[in-house]
Amino acid sequence: MTMPVGNKKLPEEKVFKDPVHRYIHISDELIWDLVGTKEFQRLRRVRQLGTTFLTFHGAEHTRFNHSLGVYEIMRRIIEVFEGRPHWNGDERLLCLSAALLHDIGHGPFSHSFEKVFNTDHEEWTRHIILGDTEVNTVLRRMGGDFPQQVADVIEKTHPNKLIVSMISSQIDADRMDYLQRDAFYTGVSYGHFDMERILRVMRPTEDQVVIKATGMHAVEDYIMSRYQMYWQVYFHPVTRSAEVILTKILQRVKDLKNEDYPFKYPPDHFESFFRGAITLEDYLDLDESVVMYYFLMWQKEEDAILQDLCRRFMNRRLFKYVEFDQHFMMNEWLRLQQLFADLGVDPAYYLVVDSSSDLPYDFYRPGEEEDRVPIHLLMPDRRLRELSRESDVVEAISGKKRTDHKLYYPSEVLEEPGQEDTKQQIKDILHLKLGKIER
Amino acid sequence: MLPDHAKIMALLEDTKEVIGRKKLQKIVYIGKKLNLPFQEKYTFRMYGPYSEELTLRLEELCGLGLITECKETKSGYYQYRYELSEDGTSFLEKFPLDWPAERAKPVLQSLNSQSARFLELVSTMLYFDHLSKEAVEARVAELKKSQNYRPEEFEEGWEYIESLQNQ
Repeated sequence: MTMPVGNKKLPEEKVFKDPVHRYIHISDELIWDLVGTKEFQRLRRVRQLGTTFLTFHGAEHTRFNHSLGVYEIMRRIIEVFEGRPHWNGDERLLCLSAALLHDIGHGPFSHSFEKVFNTDHEEWTRHIILGDTEVNTVLRRMGGDFPQQVADVIEKTHPNKLIVSMISSQIDADRMDYLQRDAFYTGVSYGHFDMERILRVMRPTEDQVVIKATGMHAVEDYIMSRYQMYWQVYFHPVTRSAEVILTKILQRVKDLKNEDYPFKYPPDHFESFFRGAITLEDYLDLDESVVMYYFLMWQKEEDAILQDLCRRFMNRRLFKYVEFDQHFMMNEWLRLQQLFADLGVDPAYYLVVDSSSDLPYDFYRPGEEEDRVPIHLLMPDRRLRELSRESDVVEAISGKKRTDHKLYYPSEVLEEPGQEDTKQQIKDILHLKLGKIER
Repeated sequence: MLPDHAKIMALLEDTKEVIGRKKLQKIVYIGKKLNLPFQEKYTFRMYGPYSEELTLRLEELCGLGLITECKETKSGYYQYRYELSEDGTSFLEKFPLDWPAERAKPVLQSLNSQSARFLELVSTMLYFDHLSKEAVEARVAELKKSQNYRPEEFEEGWEYIESLQNQ
């Protein structure tokens, strides 16, 4: 590969102050100009952790902060790789651009949004990189096929698997940034690990990044951090309650639109999403500040369900939950739905099972025969060994329970006067049969 | 959410059993590309389109006792056999699932009768279905060098995709 035509250094290095990595260093004109595009600046208005700020009030950080962090980690990995076998220095700007832009397609509260409107942020990432955008204009300065290469790395379809694994694997720049950043902004004490050590022991191979065996304990720490963050932050039941309500608001708006409901505050910014004909401009116009504006206004809508759900979200009056497990099977759930309907509470919006598979996070699991490439240790004799075969700590947590289900419902309707018998039946199912205490 | 779990159970009811995690991954992906209402999100991985969400959903279904996963050894390697359990059958009978049973059953049974290697090829071809036929073959050959797909397998893949789309 020849040196790209648009590769210029800035007259002097620029730095961003960053609470996680201290400084983010930019010396390439390409990266500086990408940060300045309107599509990248939009990421300032999309929170990294969606509704988590309703549980951990510090979690207001955005995809902008995270994307810069991933770029910085990638820059430091490349410093370690320079001059080593299998590393081609000509790929440097491709790696840095992919790291910086990997989340460019995320929309507001994208996990809930994608479920209701059947969109895919990875597809929008591709559209933004390849379409008529400022990002595309900047990338094309590096050569006509450069945007396509960046899109392929992010989509994991680039033929250079080493580069893909640097940004997307079981131990990559993306995960190493979000674990530390999310821990910092939520204020939790777990989520920390010795990244400096991990960076020092990373080695490039033909098709993946591997870790020198001497760095195993630093990687164990990283795996433990990931495990703890999963249960304590990403899977927090209160965050999931807020996410359930958010999803139901969007679902209600969509249902009302289908019924030609006369909105006092019409969802103009959502029109093309209802029609399933979303333009790039429409997509980029919708950020979290716009969505929150609608939620604020819809508290005044006549529709009782939409009004109530928006009030719950804005004022943090969330649903309560009970565990939903194999002892609480179909008969009880169907009966509960009927009892809620008898109370005049629509179970389609107010009785929701949320499962671990509904969330976009995963544990470390050894790859076995599946598609996930596991973490490999580079042994002193140059053999590669899968991490859990060498580490008792990782092996111990690899086989642990990783799924759960919760049933969310509005507990206060059970405390209001009237229809006592029906309410008692609901309480019996929720509390007595499960033998669990209401949270 | 439960309706998405129930769709995977409906798949296992229609196919009776699926042997191999990779095969199940590809069946759901191809089914989704044929507009069967699966919701699992897929990304491109080592063997083509792969869904972490589906992997977790299968674990959840096993945990709830609604499906069974049996690890078997065959010719020096192991594989997983998935079937609907008795509890799962009973669950599915009561669950108000919006599922296009008439259209889905022959498609899923046909997919299940194919080899995992062939489904890997077909799912990867479908992943790049926004490209021209020649470009799809070039991309698949580039990304799946180790599988070394022959020209006649590509031809068979195109014919199979067409037959599925006409079902």
